[in-house]
Amino acid sequence: MQVTLRIQRFNPETDTKPHYQEYTVEVEPTDRVLDALNQVKWYQDGSLTYRRSCAHGICGSDAMRINGRNRLACKVLIKDLGPKITIEPLLGFKVIKDLVVDLEPFFAQYRTVMPYLINDEPPPTRERLQTPEERELIEDTSKCILCACCTSACPIFWTTEWLGPAAIVNGHRFLFDSRDRATEERLAVLNQRFGVWRCRTIFNCTEACPRGIQVTHAIEQVKRRILFEQS
Amino acid sequence: MYHRFDAVIVGAGGAGLMAAAQLAGKCNVAVITKLYPVRSHTGAAQGGIAAALANVEEDHWIWHMFDTVKGGDYLVDQDAAEVLAREAIDAIIELEHWGFPFNRLPDGRIDQRRFGGHTRNFGEAPVRRSCYAADRTGHMILQTLYQQSIKNQVVFFDEFMMLDLLLTDDGVCTGVVALDVETGEFHVFHAKAVLLATGGYGRVFKVTSNALSLTGDGVAIVFRRGLPLEDMEFYQFHPTGIYKLGILLSEACRGEGGILRNGLGERFMERYAPTLLDLAPRDVVSRSIYHEIREGRGVEGKDYVYLDLTHLPKEVIETKLADNTDFVRTYLGLDPVVDPIPIQPTAHYAMGGIPTDVDGRVTVDAQNTPVPGLYAAGECACVSVHGANRLGTNSLVDLVVFGRRAGKHMLQFVQENDLHPLPKEPDYRARAEVEWILENEGQEKVATIRAELQEAMMADASVFRTGDGLRRMQDKLVELRNRFTRITIDDRSRTFNTDLVEAIELGYLLDCAEAIVACALAREESRGAHYREDFPQRDDANWLKHTLVTRTSGGLELSYKPVIITRFQPKERTY
Repeated sequence: MQVTLRIQRFNPETDTKPHYQEYTVEVEPTDRVLDALNQVKWYQDGSLTYRRSCAHGICGSDAMRINGRNRLACKVLIKDLGPKITIEPLLGFKVIKDLVVDLEPFFAQYRTVMPYLINDEPPPTRERLQTPEERELIEDTSKCILCACCTSACPIFWTTEWLGPAAIVNGHRFLFDSRDRATEERLAVLNQRFGVWRCRTIFNCTEACPRGIQVTHAIEQVKRRILFEQS
Repeated sequence: MYHRFDAVIVGAGGAGLMAAAQLAGKCNVAVITKLYPVRSHTGAAQGGIAAALANVEEDHWIWHMFDTVKGGDYLVDQDAAEVLAREAIDAIIELEHWGFPFNRLPDGRIDQRRFGGHTRNFGEAPVRRSCYAADRTGHMILQTLYQQSIKNQVVFFDEFMMLDLLLTDDGVCTGVVALDVETGEFHVFHAKAVLLATGGYGRVFKVTSNALSLTGDGVAIVFRRGLPLEDMEFYQFHPTGIYKLGILLSEACRGEGGILRNGLGERFMERYAPTLLDLAPRDVVSRSIYHEIREGRGVEGKDYVYLDLTHLPKEVIETKLADNTDFVRTYLGLDPVVDPIPIQPTAHYAMGGIPTDVDGRVTVDAQNTPVPGLYAAGECACVSVHGANRLGTNSLVDLVVFGRRAGKHMLQFVQENDLHPLPKEPDYRARAEVEWILENEGQEKVATIRAELQEAMMADASVFRTGDGLRRMQDKLVELRNRFTRITIDDRSRTFNTDLVEAIELGYLLDCAEAIVACALAREESRGAHYREDFPQRDDANWLKHTLVTRTSGGLELSYKPVIITRFQPKERTY
């Protein structure tokens, strides 16, 4: 089938502001949007620029706005979109070129939640024990691939300085890990002015997550944890 | 720009980050990566990481070692396999202490499951050896190691593509040259020690589980610099790729009880591997699938068979194989709980690569003479622990065990050695290559040449090979290389020029393909993943040896080095 891709373009070397360009490609209904982008890049216009790597929703490279929703281009099929597809870069980040945005601020926020296990007790010679029930608490948030779909779908993130859903998800992943010992320090980060309280439970993040993580739920769990630990 | 470090690591997958963890805070180390670190393909590994923890049933490292040697059709260097099997246990425990979220047993210890070719008591029956986090074990390794890198404040150069390796005339490594993809600037990294951890080159084949970025960069650059590559003819096809797409469905599907069925509904592995059945090693299963298809027993006479999970409890499919279930639902619109899944073998893993010793030092000859300051680990390297065929889960073991050993040895090396002076104009080759591509005016498209390469390699150099097919492939490579000199790209800008990146990558793919085909044509026997229809038997008298291929001014030169055999003499390989 034929589809028309309407793609936001921006080359900082020649453009002062972004513009849209249309391409028509021949694709199978079961093709990924990434396949359509590749068709354009490989056979029509090599200057079209986007990130991609694994092509099956695991590496998180090709997060972009597809018909207004944040998706991974490799995880949405043409047949679910219809013949006209608008593709734009993620909102809230500086555009470097076409669909490529500067993710450094995103990773900087991620780093502030101390996204690593903190436990200074001398480890046993074998594994630390963790029951399946304890492990289950971090099953959902440990699936995060840091693609930025959630954070850049959040209206609070567009307008205000705040940690954003992805950083909180990764804070949650350690806060709820039975082996972690830095609860107080983590809650201090998440409880600050730019922390969890800026969330207005809009649920855009949860809808946007290509891994199906219950992002808003995780943020609420962190809020409750702060209230509970401090009362 | 010029940078000076004690150690530079190229690649931020499992091997690179594991090495970084050994060096961070102890010397001045930088990691260069073509992607963002969390995008590396280690993250796509699914099923598990083997170690003889014996948490679920009796197990011993020597059984793991034996399985690795036999799985590799006795082409494995047994000193390396012993290191792998022994140190896997420590490495798993270290990962756990760093926060890796393993699935657990009710008593809180790490759970383990079955995987292809891993057996109890030297081949008696499948054993539960694979530690795992649902079906995203690689994702959790990558995340855990990246988390440690943040904790240890490792310096990253994200989206920097390596273009050249710097060696002095007397063969000492002094650094690398890289392109900052975002700005188009050249950067020279002057270092005492360099680790190549650049991953595989599955994109030489049409149907592959590999990421689009897996183009053999480190392997090709080493080859261009006149260093040898080892055992390039051994390339693994994973039995269960999603039909046509090649997306990997984990061996864990069969580890949890999944069955392969042909078009008649038969469990055809009964014919080929009566003891291990669907959990035979990958080379055996992939060939068996093609056999069924050739005999007309593919589904509806076509070139695929079924992976059947429908008899498994829904809960196992939804929780222990959650990502696989998601892939099947997303890309095929099928539900593995009720539908059998169409699969075909998919190009998956390079057993060969840059020759190293057990400390990750790159070696150049049959005597294993090291290149001072140059290291390699992970899929781009050939230790060789995988021999002619890698066992499932052993790639992740390889990453953490040999990434760790390389990092430790590098630390010692940078503490004991001074910085060597750089060659004059260290980036001239890299600049010349980029300028050539940016300015070349021709009629050829990168994508067209790449597609023809992938198609031809699939037809003539994949699971089944013949002398005639490989010679045809050699001719095709001459033609493609010729056409490559006439490429033109659309994007002439400096900023984030992925058109340029793909052209450079195609050059790397052509190098890798050339090495694969030359080695495969020379090896007139069948062993592991290398199957020659014109020489269907394993021939230990003539071919129990590693291939080394070197590019010289006169073309490719082949030489051989002996296999290190310590505990297990070669025997017939049946499952």
